[in-house]
Amino acid sequence: MAKAYTPGLKVSSRTVFRARRQLPVTGDVLVTAGQRVEARDTVARTFIEGDVTPVPLASLLSVPASDVPGLLLVKLGDRVAAGDVIARTKGIFGFGKKELTSPAAGTVESVSATTGQMMLRGEPIPVEVKAYVAGTVIDVLPGEGAVVETDAVFVQGILGIGGETVGTLRMAVTEPSMRLEAKHVTSAMKGCIVVGGARITAEAVRAARDAGAAAIVSGGIDDADLRDILGYDLGVAITGTEKIGITIIITEGFGDIAMAARTFAILKEYEGREASVNGAAVLGSGSKARVLEVVLEADGGRRVTVPRANIELIET
Amino acid sequence: MTSHGHAAKPAIDLTKLRYILATDCGSTTTKAILIEKIGDSWRQTQRAEAPTTVEEPFADVTIGVSNALTEIGELAGRRFIADDGTIIRRKGADDPEGCDIYISTSSAGGGLQMVVAGVVAQMTAASAKRAALGAGAIVMDTIASNDKRKPYERIQRIRELRPDMVLISGGTDGGNIQQVVQIAEQIAPAKPRPRFGGEYELPVIFAGNREAAPQVRAIFGERGEKGFDLSVVDNLRPTLEEENLGPARDRIHDVFLEHVMAHAPGYDRLIAWSDAPIMPTPGAVGDILQRIAERDGLNAVCVDIGGATTDVFSVFGGTFNRTVSANLGMSYSISNVCAEAGMQNVLRWVHVAMDERELRNRVKNKMIRPTTIPQTAEALVFEQAVAREALRLAYAQHKEFATTLKGVQQQRTVGDLFAQSASGQSIVDDMHLDLLVASGGVLSHAPRMEETAAMLVDSFEPQGFTQLAKDSIFMMPHLGVLASVHADAAMEVFERDCLVRLGWSVAAKGEGRWGKRCFSYRVSGAVTASGELACGDVALVRVGPEQEVEVHVEPAGGFDLGNGPGKSVTRRVKGGTVGILFDARGRPLALPENEADRRAAVARWAKAWGVLK
Repeated sequence: MAKAYTPGLKVSSRTVFRARRQLPVTGDVLVTAGQRVEARDTVARTFIEGDVTPVPLASLLSVPASDVPGLLLVKLGDRVAAGDVIARTKGIFGFGKKELTSPAAGTVESVSATTGQMMLRGEPIPVEVKAYVAGTVIDVLPGEGAVVETDAVFVQGILGIGGETVGTLRMAVTEPSMRLEAKHVTSAMKGCIVVGGARITAEAVRAARDAGAAAIVSGGIDDADLRDILGYDLGVAITGTEKIGITIIITEGFGDIAMAARTFAILKEYEGREASVNGAAVLGSGSKARVLEVVLEADGGRRVTVPRANIELIET
Repeated sequence: MTSHGHAAKPAIDLTKLRYILATDCGSTTTKAILIEKIGDSWRQTQRAEAPTTVEEPFADVTIGVSNALTEIGELAGRRFIADDGTIIRRKGADDPEGCDIYISTSSAGGGLQMVVAGVVAQMTAASAKRAALGAGAIVMDTIASNDKRKPYERIQRIRELRPDMVLISGGTDGGNIQQVVQIAEQIAPAKPRPRFGGEYELPVIFAGNREAAPQVRAIFGERGEKGFDLSVVDNLRPTLEEENLGPARDRIHDVFLEHVMAHAPGYDRLIAWSDAPIMPTPGAVGDILQRIAERDGLNAVCVDIGGATTDVFSVFGGTFNRTVSANLGMSYSISNVCAEAGMQNVLRWVHVAMDERELRNRVKNKMIRPTTIPQTAEALVFEQAVAREALRLAYAQHKEFATTLKGVQQQRTVGDLFAQSASGQSIVDDMHLDLLVASGGVLSHAPRMEETAAMLVDSFEPQGFTQLAKDSIFMMPHLGVLASVHADAAMEVFERDCLVRLGWSVAAKGEGRWGKRCFSYRVSGAVTASGELACGDVALVRVGPEQEVEVHVEPAGGFDLGNGPGKSVTRRVKGGTVGILFDARGRPLALPENEADRRAAVARWAKAWGVLK
């Protein structure tokens, strides 16, 4: 059984973990400094501009682009529903008028006399940021988000698949050198973060997903199994957006590799606690980021968290 | 070459220069070199590197620069960095410390990332892409009216990207304005968010039909008004027959300095320190290659294979092209190379049996632990096999991109009609490639020069006589920016210290049954050798870097070594650290399909070229 050691990956039985939770664009921060938050609490919310639907009025009405403004039944800023009549040709002596209905709901943002094109802006899209780890808000970033701090146990892995999730830590094997197979997965693992030892098989991942597990953590995985699970070959280790119904965390690497004994011991010690997990990996040129972490709240030990992959989130 | 807008600096008296410091601030490492005037010659004398400090906790690129230059000073026995961390300038001829000029390139923070747009993908959008790539950018996406995406898909895609700037082209001057305005109308409402956050006004460069400029101005607003900073430059495709990339490329460099660099941590200081505009690293490499090709009348190709990407630069007939194969690299992207090439294609270069499952896991482990290096001979063979495929794919992509202008109507004679020549043909001509330069870890740091030479020949498949070289310590970026200040010094250092001449590839174009005569060779002069090669054979004649020889080759009918099928060629050449690699495997290079035959052939070639003992 191979073993791996990757300098730079952090495994800590007690650390101060700070999660910087930010909106992609400015919005409303819903928490205040000093406030206690749970992992699933929303800390900030905003709306981003809706999607744009271009409507090629000139070509749809078969008129020159310069004629389009004169044929409009709506004006800039008007809200229209899908199917509303938005333009009508004059026809010849009032006959043969042609009407055009809106293909989508939205607000008329622009109409061009050069191209004869109308831009409809859809409804704003809500965006929320969760606290991600249970802890205390130590800093509010006005209009952007907040920093949540927690006294935690922290485990960082080498590769993850899938996004953030929260669940109860559940050991599926008894030794770090034990392979995690489908037979180790039970229906009692629903909503759990299932922890294996060495290599995890594709069948085990599927079994965990079918059992409704939130995430699965193990030492290694075969490239062939990962391809099987994803349905494609992972070309670069930039992950986190996969939609496979479960988050996967690999702590050591590819192949038959046992989970580091210390990592396994920490996870075992905190079995039954709630954890947050994130499989987003941002390895790439110029990035110092590492992958998955498991953060366990050490004060009173109610909770275990596996937060975001970015090492910048960790300030100890 | 280009001249870029830059804060006014005192004119440099080239005759008084003696110490030149240059850095290349990469994503992970800042590489510094010292170039000194020794007697009447310019030489690169010292090299040092330090971790780049753009990221937290330092967030100041000049710290890494100071560290690297401090080390250079220690190596040179001359102080270049003052106690306050700034660069010391030499005050007079006898001053025992300081440099005369300091220059730099940068690709830190992911380099320069752009979205380009045009009306027709193969015409104005292709020209826009060439301008961006030539300026040293990474092109995140190319938007065009005929890119097979629906308008809303295009808008959605633009929304997801976070470019440093956008370049819009489209329409010839005086031609249709509707289509280019339509493209602008799709980009503006998408409101692409710049990488550097909300305060940053996204620079948009318009280099399309000049008559569409007023409408484009109306769409993007005056300075800052709609969150964009629009600049209008000359049309990069004023007519279909003409490509005018200079103004757009210069503006990209200016915007790079004024916006992108200005927002990167510590770059305001770095810009103030520098005696020449800071250039994007690949842009500087392209500049020096163009200068060399122009001076010596060469067709040249330079490849830089990195962990994530592979850059290919070429100059053929004076026309420069650069491509970035974004997901072909030897660490972060190694898995993608295997996926794109197919494991079978990778393994065809391996002469021993390997377990595919174990190899696939090894590839993935390299991807997630990018800094690991091969620990066994077998692992090295495999890594070099992957490199061959990465280079082959990157070169194929380059050939597809480096074409004559598409959309040009050609006047044809009756003869041309038979030749079926068309616009949009690749200008990369392997038979007329004079110089092939390698750089990047897997090529530069191969344990033996023979391995570098063999990788180049196997993946690029040069034809006829082609000189092989490698960039000794990756100083082409430094020399590219130096050339903008002191071209002679840059050229001199390029010749003397930058290039390590590996030797020559002498390869026959054509196909023949293995074992059948391909060509005979005779080497005379400083080294004497002769032989006859059958199809499928290779040979190596050791000719040292300072040795000059005459090479005479006589191909069999159907094989071409530069003068046409069956015609002999005689050339005088200087050798290299490897020598002259004769290659009778034919072009295109085909390996035996039978597994045992293939392994035997690969092992035979490796032994003949000195790769295997």
